[in-house]
Amino acid sequence: MTIDLYGFGPLLAAGALMTVKLALSALCLGLVLGLLGALAKTSPYKPFRWLGGTYSTLVRGVPELLWVLLIYFGSVNAVRALGELIGMPDLTLSAFAAGVLALGLCFGAYATEVFRGAILAIPKGHREAGMALGLSKPRIFTKLVLPQMWRIALPGLGNLFMILMKDTALVSVIGLEEIMRQAQNAVTFTKQPFTFYMVAAVMYLGLTILAMGTLYVLERRAARGFARRT
Amino acid sequence: MQNYKKLLLAAAATLVFSANALAVEKLKMGIEAAYPPFNNKDASGTVVGFDKDIGEALCAKMKVECEVVTSDWDGIIPALNAKKFDFLISSLSVTDERKQAVDFTDRYYSNMQQFIAPKNVDFKYDKASLKGKTIGTQRATQAATWLEDTYGDDISIKLYDTQENAYLDLTSGRLDAILADKYANYEWLKSKDGTDYEFKGEPVQKDEVAIAVRKGDPLRAKLNLALKEIIEDGTYKKINDKYFPFSIY
Amino acid sequence: MVWELLLKWLPKLIQGATLTLELTALSVIAGLILAIPLGIARSSKLWYVRSLPYGYIFFFRGTPLLIQLFLVYYGLGQFEVVRESVLWPYLRSPFWCAVLTMTLHTAAYIAEILRGAIQAIPPGEIEAARALGMSRFKTLVHIMLPRAARIGLPAYSNEVILMLKASSLASTVTLLELTGMTRTIIARNYQTVDMFLIAGVIYLVMSFVLIQGFKLLERWLRVDACQGR
Repeated sequence: MTIDLYGFGPLLAAGALMTVKLALSALCLGLVLGLLGALAKTSPYKPFRWLGGTYSTLVRGVPELLWVLLIYFGSVNAVRALGELIGMPDLTLSAFAAGVLALGLCFGAYATEVFRGAILAIPKGHREAGMALGLSKPRIFTKLVLPQMWRIALPGLGNLFMILMKDTALVSVIGLEEIMRQAQNAVTFTKQPFTFYMVAAVMYLGLTILAMGTLYVLERRAARGFARRT
Repeated sequence: MQNYKKLLLAAAATLVFSANALAVEKLKMGIEAAYPPFNNKDASGTVVGFDKDIGEALCAKMKVECEVVTSDWDGIIPALNAKKFDFLISSLSVTDERKQAVDFTDRYYSNMQQFIAPKNVDFKYDKASLKGKTIGTQRATQAATWLEDTYGDDISIKLYDTQENAYLDLTSGRLDAILADKYANYEWLKSKDGTDYEFKGEPVQKDEVAIAVRKGDPLRAKLNLALKEIIEDGTYKKINDKYFPFSIY
Repeated sequence: MVWELLLKWLPKLIQGATLTLELTALSVIAGLILAIPLGIARSSKLWYVRSLPYGYIFFFRGTPLLIQLFLVYYGLGQFEVVRESVLWPYLRSPFWCAVLTMTLHTAAYIAEILRGAIQAIPPGEIEAARALGMSRFKTLVHIMLPRAARIGLPAYSNEVILMLKASSLASTVTLLELTGMTRTIIARNYQTVDMFLIAGVIYLVMSFVLIQGFKLLERWLRVDACQGR
């Protein structure tokens, strides 16, 4: 059984590449934002806690689709002002950049909660032990807290990355030619919705397998030295 | 030192943003690319169709280079105003509501909306006969506005993101009829899926389709001039005949 | 300007928001019910019990909700068999298609949350229950599930908020929920940014209320006391 793609194969492949690029760029931005958010939220200083809390609540409360649309259409004035500042008055935000910003922002807000949960899940005794050993606060964070956080946060982050990868489909709305957009183009041309949406679904599944494999290796590495729970 | 910093900033910005400051003579035309035969994509990913051909003919007359930018239909007018492209040639009908948001050129074809429904049903579009029926159309179109203004809440109106999705639902039996632009319907009725369907009644309204530009943009006058030229020298007729056996001007 | 828009369109927006809440509530409740057997089976030690829910979860977590929705709504409608089946009156309606797809989708995620929670129960507690003479089933009902519910609750509340927002995709199959309604209004007045901002605030209010509700629930169930021993 072969599936006739009516010559849309190369376009779909190009779409997959775009999806991967978009997801990885947003992941990088999101991890940084998430770590900063979690540090702010668990900080002993109230203004930081408030800032972190506001960021994660505000962003998590609004649909990703709305963020994509808002950032793409709503950023015009801000970007133009920035453009004039650096002497490029015709500056505009590309669909790709808008997508990375929107998805990174959303990923970061959720990652804030995952990282925060991980920080809280580390027994107090570990930190106290670090202090008793005379380690400085930054050293306790980088040597004691961060490596353990990683292990606890990984499954949660993995979940979020799967969500992120599929949210890239939303960026098709502002015209970025990723898998979903290419599948829609193909449906318009061939009038075969089931075939092409199924092909697109299988492509996302393939990407998920790739991501899951990577995650499995990472989780195993991070969980070294811990007993397997039943 | 100051200049150096500016340069660095600018270099960083070009990585993130698409800057079009360098190519002054290049115009961007906005097209939905989901509305055959006026605009859609072929298997190689190129935008094709009546709108695109007219757009290119106009650019050739204006002696500028043009680039196609695609956008979702919902956001196509906001995208023009957000400078995502310079003019919008995507089968956009002239309406008073739209005139508040953008400026229009002279028409480049005339349009009308007409119902299509299955051949084997008797279809009338007065309010009483339509009670309990479901009519589909594309969101943010003339047809949608007309249906809402004419029937209001008396019939069930379903709004689709693309015209193609409305056709898919007509064939699956979720819709009793579709109201859409006559020429798009004409194209679909010719296709394999459309064989059991036909036009019903007279067109419900007529309107003009024109190119949209941002408010106050001098590009409008240039486009009007070029439009006149391609109609006079026969370029327009050639493009028309490529898609329809009758004149749609 | 924003206030004028808000006042003018508020009734329509509330109508849309109501549909959003209906879609979300139906799918997260049905999803939870479906997820309990899935999650338990998924954390089984027997590979043949584990594999079926694994495949299910894999498919629904691995593909975008938007594509699942298009497959159910547009894809199924293409087949004569489906159109003549007894289910067609339901599958014909975009509302039930959306609820069905969202339920199947969210159940996969909730099942994973449950599995994580079940596996996070300290083995000592289960061993203690078994040592006290509880049967496997009794241990599951009296020890594991209540414990897992508390461990998994924060993640479940996350999932509910996710579904609240995912319901915005139902606008692509012609439902006029909050996003669909907003897009339809924008098609008439072209106030894109203002209208999206208003819709965003309404979503924010809805998720804020939900989050506060879950916080109360967490306090009531004493979730804090169960974590981070």
